[in-house]
Amino acid sequence: MRNVLPILSVLGGLLALWYLAVVPMNLRTALDQAERAGVSVVPSTAIERREASVWYLMLNNSDQFAATYDIQRSRLPTPDQVVSELWKTTGAMALRGRAMTKRSLIYHGWITLQSTLWGFLLGTLVGIVSAVVMVYSRSAELTLMPWAIISQTIPIVALAPMIIVLSSQLGIEGRGVPKAIISAYLCFFPILVGMVKGLRSPDPSQLDLLKTYHASALQVFIKLRLPAAVPFLFTSLKIGIAAALVGTIVGELPTGAISGLGARILIGDQFGTPLAIWSALFAAAIMAGILVTLLDLLQRMTLRKMGVAH
Amino acid sequence: MTTAAAAPAVQPVVVTRGLDLTFQTNDGPIEALKQINLTVNQGDFVSFIGPSGCGKTTLLRVAAGLESPSAGEITVNGMTPDEARKHRAYGYVFQAAGLYPWRTIAGNIKLPLEIMKYSRAEREERAARVLELVDLAGFGKKFPWQLSGGMQQRASIARALAFDAEILFMDEPFGALDEIVRDHLNEQLRALWQRTKKTIGFVTHSIPEAAYLSTRIVVMSPRPGRITDVIENPLPDERPLDIRDTPEFLAVTHRVREGLRAGHAYA
Repeated sequence: MRNVLPILSVLGGLLALWYLAVVPMNLRTALDQAERAGVSVVPSTAIERREASVWYLMLNNSDQFAATYDIQRSRLPTPDQVVSELWKTTGAMALRGRAMTKRSLIYHGWITLQSTLWGFLLGTLVGIVSAVVMVYSRSAELTLMPWAIISQTIPIVALAPMIIVLSSQLGIEGRGVPKAIISAYLCFFPILVGMVKGLRSPDPSQLDLLKTYHASALQVFIKLRLPAAVPFLFTSLKIGIAAALVGTIVGELPTGAISGLGARILIGDQFGTPLAIWSALFAAAIMAGILVTLLDLLQRMTLRKMGVAH
Repeated sequence: MTTAAAAPAVQPVVVTRGLDLTFQTNDGPIEALKQINLTVNQGDFVSFIGPSGCGKTTLLRVAAGLESPSAGEITVNGMTPDEARKHRAYGYVFQAAGLYPWRTIAGNIKLPLEIMKYSRAEREERAARVLELVDLAGFGKKFPWQLSGGMQQRASIARALAFDAEILFMDEPFGALDEIVRDHLNEQLRALWQRTKKTIGFVTHSIPEAAYLSTRIVVMSPRPGRITDVIENPLPDERPLDIRDTPEFLAVTHRVREGLRAGHAYA
């Protein structure tokens, strides 16, 4: 509970900044609307206002500040607008029994969550297996590690369309599989790196100790390397699941996906509705927060059970 | 050695003949051990003492099959060290207790027993027995972080004792502990050895520790690592801690110091 106060004060600061930014971001739209409504603004024509800097407009039109907080298609929606849009597209729809319709963020979030979890599962599997291979084979590490690093330097937005096209060429129906692959592609790397570090974390004397027992390689792995890697694994999993969510959303952006939070962001962009983008963004952030928190709880429980946490 | 043993047979446990070990490093070869000739008999408590780099730890590791010699011979229980290791002939105690933080104290002691495939009942029974032996009965369910450094080191000794190896190799086991704890553990180790009559190879930096604990003291010197003196400890079997204030004890430590000085030109 001691952590709540600092978190709240950072949140409050961010909200204050956001509300402050609303005025310069939305002032031009507000002035346009005021002009159309017959209110006198400075300068009086849209063409002149385009030339003027936002600071000049702010100095001369302070009476229009209030209007910037109440614009339908604003460039920067206010936090309360975002919250009410979020509620309208989630809770309110669920109450009317329409949680799974195309306009509901619950539906889109569910689509994104499924791909994220499949991608996370796949990425974790690939990450752990390749970490084990690399720890036990120096040559595998030398051959594979550079590729794993290179894979993360390629922008995923460039790669995602290719994976989608490729999977449709291979006759895979729907977006689920390619999205999970893109998601896994982003999430395997932190898990690989964390597991390699974790599996290598026992110091030489601990390995020597098992050698004095004449332990088999399998026993060394199960009794020492694997449990030693668990704390490292959880840290990686938390990074990995956030990366998996980003990967899924990126996989939903290109070429006409119609469902998923990424698709909502794209549609909001195409139809000029920043509010839709912001609420999809917040839905994604809340989902990431929940997923990471769940993993954190699992980590605490596991480590406490192992006796490592104290 | 193959001849039928005559009366009170003293079995040699570790025998080395002309043992050399040279490490190849980027700065050229380093002679860690040079011409080591030594016999450790059953029931001996042999201390290896010398300055850093004299090869005392290396010698112990060679005997344990953790390093391979470059030349010469070494046998442990009549086998090569590697075979002896595979026969689980010895328990090894490292300088760091090295307990697994995710296992309880009893769980740590059962580790070698699990690896050696002892039955569950036997693991329980043995863990309880060795915990008793090192005065840690009642601490089995604690995790390592709940114990002091000295208690952790005792647990690591219990772990080395759990599978009844006849030989105990100890590499500066009390090196990281403060002197008061160390005194206490020395007393306990001495009592443990008297009760179990195991053969112990004990590496240390401390002259009084070597003199108090051992039946024999092997003094070594560095560059190349070699034996400069082997001292048969004349102190009686019963050794209360205050034996360290007697002239006999001081005579032993004096001779160790002489050996160290002879082997090395430390100012």
